[in-house]
Amino acid sequence: MSHHIVEVKDLAYQYPDGTPALNGVSFRITHGESVALVGANGAGKSTLLLHLNGFLTPQTGSVRIGDMPLTKKTLKHVRQTVGMVFQDPDDQLFLPRVFDDVAFGPTNLGLPPDEVKQRVISALELVGGAHLQDRPPYRLSAGEKRAVSIATVLAMSPSILVMDEPTSNLDPKARRQLIHLLSKFEHTKIIATHDMDMVLDLCTRAIVLRKGVVAADGTVRDILNDRDLLDKSGLEKPLCLQGCPICGAMAAG
Amino acid sequence: MGSIGSSFFDIGHLDVLSSKQTPVHRVDPRVKVFTTLLFIIVVVSFDKYDPARLMPFVVYPVAIMAIGRIPFAYILKKLLIASPFVLFVAVFNPLLDRNPVMELGAFHISGGFISFTSIMVKYVLTVSAGLALIACTGFDAICSALAGMGVPAVFTIQLLFVYRYIFVLGEEAARMARARALRSFGDKGMGIGVYGSMLGQLLFRTMDRAQRIHLAMMCRGFDGEIRYIATPRMRWSDWMFLAGWGGLFALLRLYDFPAWLGRGLGRLI
Repeated sequence: MSHHIVEVKDLAYQYPDGTPALNGVSFRITHGESVALVGANGAGKSTLLLHLNGFLTPQTGSVRIGDMPLTKKTLKHVRQTVGMVFQDPDDQLFLPRVFDDVAFGPTNLGLPPDEVKQRVISALELVGGAHLQDRPPYRLSAGEKRAVSIATVLAMSPSILVMDEPTSNLDPKARRQLIHLLSKFEHTKIIATHDMDMVLDLCTRAIVLRKGVVAADGTVRDILNDRDLLDKSGLEKPLCLQGCPICGAMAAG
Repeated sequence: MGSIGSSFFDIGHLDVLSSKQTPVHRVDPRVKVFTTLLFIIVVVSFDKYDPARLMPFVVYPVAIMAIGRIPFAYILKKLLIASPFVLFVAVFNPLLDRNPVMELGAFHISGGFISFTSIMVKYVLTVSAGLALIACTGFDAICSALAGMGVPAVFTIQLLFVYRYIFVLGEEAARMARARALRSFGDKGMGIGVYGSMLGQLLFRTMDRAQRIHLAMMCRGFDGEIRYIATPRMRWSDWMFLAGWGGLFALLRLYDFPAWLGRGLGRLI
């Protein structure tokens, strides 16, 4: 169980040009939690995500995934434990055929071909994309691309899913399907997003970043009702909690 | 620029063609790659003053396209797109080499003209064979075949990525061109200077994307090698394909069939 834990302590990072991105971020996420990482543009969300997978190594502070601190030696293991879904599926799907792309991770793990095949099929089935396996990625719709991106990560059986803006560029229906899909996963989830309605639907806990520090960390219900905090952090209440523009009535809270 | 965008998507049509199921599509990719390479080497090996002997070789691309049900018009269009480059290379031959080598009635045909024809015929043969190969095999299968034949991973991975991202790059370029066209009224803003900064912009975007792709690959355990799912064993029909075409190419290289045909026809007349 303990390998589902993500622990970040006093993490700070400064970009080579001197721009500070993170200024001492600390939190601990335990098994099965679904956590939203919210904050204005430039608050440090993406930089933080890059640390969770070892693309950036902590300048000060530490990152622990499960029982291990994140170091060069544990990198391979960490990357298998933490599945990262990128914002732009075109960055994630880099092979000319969907099947090969989903098979890329498992093959690199050194699994035998039969096992790889089985994992690819079941990952694609899980996201409802089994019929896409022979298609070239650039011919898929945005929703299909997103589903396949998630399958490429699921095929490596990670314990933790990290997603950067999973609902961006999706039409409302595809967005709804994605939220439904994610709600069925039992992985520990960390979702960086501006889609506050999705946060309400999917997450139990929210971490608000502001200028490289954690401005708040609590239950989604508490945070989304703190108008002052949201306003300072460049955020808004989810639309479904705002007043109805037609009947003029304010929702409770 | 819109036309460049659409021709990128037209390349994508090769993928649709490559998913057909015909006897040619079922031949092992390695065999097809090797046979096509052999074809190209043999075609290129002919003397530049000997275009007639190249003619019988048209049978290979034509047969592949016919059996693979690949539309001739499509391949022809692709040939036309690249033809200006070859024309440029070949066009100086008739100008520089005016030595008359043949007489047809009152016309003197110069050596330059014959070598020009030879270059164009070689171009049509080799490029159509290459396109037919991709259309009936699929680019990813060709890359894995090349890897299976011992081509270094550096090259096969590059090829694979060029093919995957040429669409993304094309789309990005088309979007930028559209954005520029919409805000440049008439001729203003269409100058070469704007092009320069657009190209620079495109380069930076591409570099950023390359970095993100690399991250995505590292994320899934990339270590410098793309492992393909094991390739199937060669069947005897694959060997037949190779032996049949290889034999034909050898015969056509060694014996001058067009000359025999010419003499035969001459005698008949």
